[in-house]
Amino acid sequence: MLKNLQIILATLIALSLSARAQEAGAPLGPMQVVLQAQAELIVKSSRKTIGPVIDAVSASGLAEAQGVLEAWQAKEIWQRKDDGLFFRGEEVASKTYRLIDFDSGEAVGEYASSDLKQIKPNSGIRALLGTALVTFQLNDPDRAKRADALLSLERDSNADLLTPLRAAIDPEEDPELKARKQRLERLLTISYDPASEARIAAIEEMSGDLGLDVRGALNPLTATTLKVFEGEPPEDVNLARRLQPGSEDLPREMAYEMLSDAELAPPRVSVDAVRAALMENIADGSVGGVPVADLSDPEKRVTAYNTLAGEGLVPPYLDDDAVTDALAVHSFAEVYAEPDPGVTEAAERALTRISTKVGMNQMVDLGLDALSLASIYFLAAIGLAITFGVMGVINMAHGEFIMMGAYTGYVVQQYIPNHTASIAVAIPLAFAVTFAAGVAMERLVIRWLYNRPLETLLATFGISIALQQLAKNIFGTQARPLTAPAWLDGAWVVSDVIAISYIRIAIFVLALIFLGVFLYIMKRTRLGLETRAVTQNRKMAAAMGINPERVNMLTFGLGSGIAGIAGVAIGLYAKVTSELGADYIVQSFMTVVVGGVGNIWGTLLGAGMIGFLQKGIEWFNPSNTLAAQTYMIVFIIIFIQFRPRGIIALKGRAAGD
Amino acid sequence: MPNSFITRNPSTLVFLAVLALFTIAITVMSEGFGLGLVSTSFVKTLGKTLTLALVAIAMDLVWGYAGILSLGHFAFFGLGGYMIGMWLMYERTRLIVESSLASAPLPPTDAETVSAIGNQIFGVVGSSEFPVIWAFSHSLTLQLILVVAVPGLLALVFGWLAFRSRVTGVYLSILTQAMTLALALYLFQNDSGLRGNNGLSGLQNLPGLDDVSQDYVSMWFFWASALALALGYLFAAWVVSGKFGSVLRGIRDNEARVRFLGYSVEGYKLFIFTVTAMIAGIAGALYYPQAGIINPAEIAPVASIYLAVWVAIGGRGRLYGAVVGAVFVSLVSTWFTGGQAPGLNLGFYTVQWVDWWTILLGLSFVAVTLFAPRGIGSLFDLLTARRGPERHGADLGPDAGSLREKEASE
Amino acid sequence: MRPAGAMTQVNPLRMEIQMTILKSALTGTFAAAALATAAAAQDCPVKVGVLHSLSGTMAISETTLKDTMLMLIDQQNAAGGVLGCELEAVVVDPASDWPLFAEKARELLTVHEVDVIFGNWTSVSRKSVLPVIEELNGLLFYPVQYEGEESSRNVFYTGAAPNQQAIPATDYFLDELGVEKFALLGTDYVYPRTTNNILESYLKSKGIAEEDIFINYTPFGHSDWSKIVADVVALAADGKKVGVISTINGDANIGFYKELAAAGISADDIPVVAFSVGEEELSGLDTSNLVGHLAAWNYFMSADTPENATFIEQWHGYIGDDKRVTNDPMEAHYIGFNMWVNAVEAAGTTDVEAVREKMWGQEFPNLTGGTAVMGVNHHLSKPVLIGEIQADGQFDITSQTEEVPGDAWTDYLPESAVLISDWKDLGCGMYNTETKSCVQIKSNY
Repeated sequence: MLKNLQIILATLIALSLSARAQEAGAPLGPMQVVLQAQAELIVKSSRKTIGPVIDAVSASGLAEAQGVLEAWQAKEIWQRKDDGLFFRGEEVASKTYRLIDFDSGEAVGEYASSDLKQIKPNSGIRALLGTALVTFQLNDPDRAKRADALLSLERDSNADLLTPLRAAIDPEEDPELKARKQRLERLLTISYDPASEARIAAIEEMSGDLGLDVRGALNPLTATTLKVFEGEPPEDVNLARRLQPGSEDLPREMAYEMLSDAELAPPRVSVDAVRAALMENIADGSVGGVPVADLSDPEKRVTAYNTLAGEGLVPPYLDDDAVTDALAVHSFAEVYAEPDPGVTEAAERALTRISTKVGMNQMVDLGLDALSLASIYFLAAIGLAITFGVMGVINMAHGEFIMMGAYTGYVVQQYIPNHTASIAVAIPLAFAVTFAAGVAMERLVIRWLYNRPLETLLATFGISIALQQLAKNIFGTQARPLTAPAWLDGAWVVSDVIAISYIRIAIFVLALIFLGVFLYIMKRTRLGLETRAVTQNRKMAAAMGINPERVNMLTFGLGSGIAGIAGVAIGLYAKVTSELGADYIVQSFMTVVVGGVGNIWGTLLGAGMIGFLQKGIEWFNPSNTLAAQTYMIVFIIIFIQFRPRGIIALKGRAAGD
Repeated sequence: MPNSFITRNPSTLVFLAVLALFTIAITVMSEGFGLGLVSTSFVKTLGKTLTLALVAIAMDLVWGYAGILSLGHFAFFGLGGYMIGMWLMYERTRLIVESSLASAPLPPTDAETVSAIGNQIFGVVGSSEFPVIWAFSHSLTLQLILVVAVPGLLALVFGWLAFRSRVTGVYLSILTQAMTLALALYLFQNDSGLRGNNGLSGLQNLPGLDDVSQDYVSMWFFWASALALALGYLFAAWVVSGKFGSVLRGIRDNEARVRFLGYSVEGYKLFIFTVTAMIAGIAGALYYPQAGIINPAEIAPVASIYLAVWVAIGGRGRLYGAVVGAVFVSLVSTWFTGGQAPGLNLGFYTVQWVDWWTILLGLSFVAVTLFAPRGIGSLFDLLTARRGPERHGADLGPDAGSLREKEASE
Repeated sequence: MRPAGAMTQVNPLRMEIQMTILKSALTGTFAAAALATAAAAQDCPVKVGVLHSLSGTMAISETTLKDTMLMLIDQQNAAGGVLGCELEAVVVDPASDWPLFAEKARELLTVHEVDVIFGNWTSVSRKSVLPVIEELNGLLFYPVQYEGEESSRNVFYTGAAPNQQAIPATDYFLDELGVEKFALLGTDYVYPRTTNNILESYLKSKGIAEEDIFINYTPFGHSDWSKIVADVVALAADGKKVGVISTINGDANIGFYKELAAAGISADDIPVVAFSVGEEELSGLDTSNLVGHLAAWNYFMSADTPENATFIEQWHGYIGDDKRVTNDPMEAHYIGFNMWVNAVEAAGTTDVEAVREKMWGQEFPNLTGGTAVMGVNHHLSKPVLIGEIQADGQFDITSQTEEVPGDAWTDYLPESAVLISDWKDLGCGMYNTETKSCVQIKSNY
């Protein structure tokens, strides 16, 4: 009724407003009239004021309403600057738009964008539009629009939509959408159904569900506010629990502050207020009989203040007894916003059941995260497990090989736009590039230093800073994009709590593959046999006809090449910068050292330990990730004191020194 | 004893003379006390370079003489800077706060003064409470003790744990690097109580000396740095000249053999590790008031590796080598990265040293390691013709059966 | 490749222009005579120090600003310089090394004797330079958004203070997006810490409960975001709309946005507003998954004004690359430099004291429309813009406020609420209105 009246009124205003437009030609269509009536608010485009406009359009009863709202939501409404009329705009060429009248659906001409103003609803308004569209779209023949409507409902719903939603369930033919509709109906019932029994039934029904939406529907029911009552709380409120002042949840200061805020007691005079009052009342170098110079003593300040209060100049200073008395005659309680005790009780029960489940699921999710982190560390360290673990070469430039691999991926993507193909090319290419770099480094530098491990450390560090700077000179210091193929987008979602992105799964799989490759090469191939022989006793191996130079070169190349592939993977999940490698180098060495040098299983365990440890610490201290890293390193340092040879220590002659 | 010490170490005398001449020359040319030929900012650079030389001597003692490649000595250097920085900040802020509160109508209570100082110092990082570690910051004496005590204690505990479990060689290097990283990450946190990433700043302003121009202050610090370097050099020369030094070199060359001879290898190592950490702390305490600001980025592991680089380029195992390396590399670095170096035009491409200097440094470092393991210091050998026996040569076979290659390293 | 560091750029045209001035002075019109007097009083050329890192981690951001300054100086010289003098840029490279900033600032002021310095990015570098600038009475224009809580007599802040970026963005979240629960994610350093402190107290004043504010800090360059994103998603469990206010710095954003996209979180579910992500940062990202997320700045390249179109055209012409973007700190330098030029012209000298006095109330048109005004607290008043990320890496401006005067001391922290900065009448940057006294003349560093 009221809405109709509004519309009539709006129409009248619009008619008078757009007299100029009418003079120019044809009379305005009814939808244009509705829009013109609210032109100012539409242009202003603020969520706070747009509500009535959306209501007016959707309640206009015009067939075009849905089209207008959809166009609006899609940022397709344009205002013609010279007469202020609204149209749907279609881009026909750059900066040129064809305008289409809402009422007639006919094109009115093509305009340059400088003659038009685009109406740009922000995402808050777009959400309101989505909700307004729900009633139109719930039974839309287009499946995508029905899905849109459900999405809008999931994000934002209200009591009015419960009935249309119920009506839309039976006609639905798509099984997936039907399931979603039914689920939504249950949730809306919990929130909005007038009958308590129906709500309680719905709560019970959903109480085993982990979904965020279920918790989102239940939690508001159990929301409480802390209230203060004179005497006992009245019978008609839905009490959650009583609180005693001075308890952990309600310290005395807080309780008294509530009293004074509710104007049930005079406010306590704060230290600052005392100071301010004293300053106000300085006379002849003293306040309340106390000389100003003595007022650096807090007790004298109180004395002076009390004197002032005695003279009635300031409100009295409350001592502890007064506070106790005031608190004694009041009671404090948490009160449910939901008046029906049956509903709150059912909701509390359901939430308790859900929260145990959520807790367990969170542990699983944390475990997955830790596993993923461990696989990243493992991937970064596996090349090192070869060069450092097997050959005993400290390669500080290992991180830079990872970086080179990542940049190789970036460069390949510049030439091959298809992401799947580019990654397929980038992985072998990264291996080739870093293999070559590794071999070159081994030939030019490292082989001269096999007997001087400390100097290898320093020389490879020199190479590391040179390579890093070189990357900066070539690619700049800004991060470069390395984009994963579309099929790696998104996440594997088990429930609303457990989810892990596909890219992390891919890294995990890659880490497993590398583990297999490593084991195969070391245990089953001639190169592996020769490598082990050369590492154990170079002279003896040479006497057996193995060329140690060649073996060292190839082994080092292999380790570097694997680092390159790891670089592609790490670049995909994080970022490609010149400091990418440096971020991982210390952790990688830690992984190898903690695990035990010379044993791939040790490296695996080391990565696992570091990954789980870091996530574990993060879990205890969620607001500071940096602390987790610090504590992890400290832990590792201490760990190494007790197991200096790592988790899996080599025994016997192979251990060497 | 002094006679014999000097005669056994003529290089010490030469070094001290050169240092003294240099100090006098700079004083004469300075803006504060002389002709104004050397700008104050350059005096600061030189003063800082002298303290870097001091920490390089510490590094040389621990690496060049005792064979422990510590990648953590710059962390000790930074800790020294933090300790003195805490007093400088607290005292300067206290003076400001007290003068400001004195003009208020009411005299402040102690709690108000402390909270105002806290707010001034930590307001920048969104806090106002004094962390526990600032407990001694009001006292210069206590903080000066902490300058040596904190790095010394950390080195003592870390070294005791590490040497006790016989962590040696590259493992020890990696472990010290991890310690440095942990410390840097810890200090990066705001919760560390040392103002996180911002660190401590405004350290060049000495409390109560606002009216004294930096022209003078910079010279005071320059002299202090020169004095500290001289004393540090003397101390180091004394340590390595006697029997103690021989044992250290013995540990470097063959730890097991020294142990079998009945020496407490761990004790020696722990002593030298701790003492050098303290020297590094003193150097840091002199460096950062000249730099003006200290923050965790200074402690990053890479800084400690650079320290090793200086010593290696200068020449390990000889004290003046460390000084030469630190002075040479850091001054050349300043020159190249400061942009004063003219670009090198190759025709098709102009090499801008700001971009390419690090690459040159990295590669020259590789070259020094490979071709001149004795560093720049070996040039002095040519001068004095003091050459060691020619034992550094190519490998005899696939396996280095002798100690030859090792002599240059461990 | 980038031009080298500290070259004093000598322009062969300079002599010629001085000659022209001399000639016109000789011809004897009053105006020319006045110009000549000014020129005589002024040591030519006027030197402008540019203190931006050209190497190290900050180089990518700061090199652009150095180029902007060189472009502005070139343009000013083409328009006749200042006070009849040619402007000369003195470029030095502090190499992203904070102590080096102080050293280079001293070098600029004492060795090169520059009249003004434009430079710095990051609060640490500014805090490092402050004591030097104040000791030697220099003049610094700082162009980047920062956490406030500072007003130095020798610094003009042309970037946004929290009330010009963080507070309006939070209002937008509250009013326009209906966000009821906030995740404040930041890199662990001073800007996010202070900003989040201010926002926390602001949100509480708006009736948001403490348990509805989630705060997390991560290290620089953090890449493992899965747990934090999961935590943010879990916040929605109590049925309130969640929004993320991100003060995450630099590279770490890439991993964060990638993880958000992987978790399938659209801007409609959990909007993210970032204060440190601009056009430059987005160019390192595939933005197709980020469409709809927000950023708050005082300038966007997509601003549709004739001034902006001209500026972008000049920039592309100067840098010789049509793909280069413009960003907020560039506009800050543009406004700051032009204000300084006008103040110098008005003062008739480059003397710091005289120029400071003329800077107060100095006006200059923004590139986004409206007029920027320099306040007596050395902060600008500028409009606040909020933009949604688009697929092409640009921002679609969805909200633009009136000009907001920059507030040196925030009103939302109890210790700062009593402080004001007024260099004109009170002569103090940290004036306690409660005790009616100046806390300190020098600033906090």
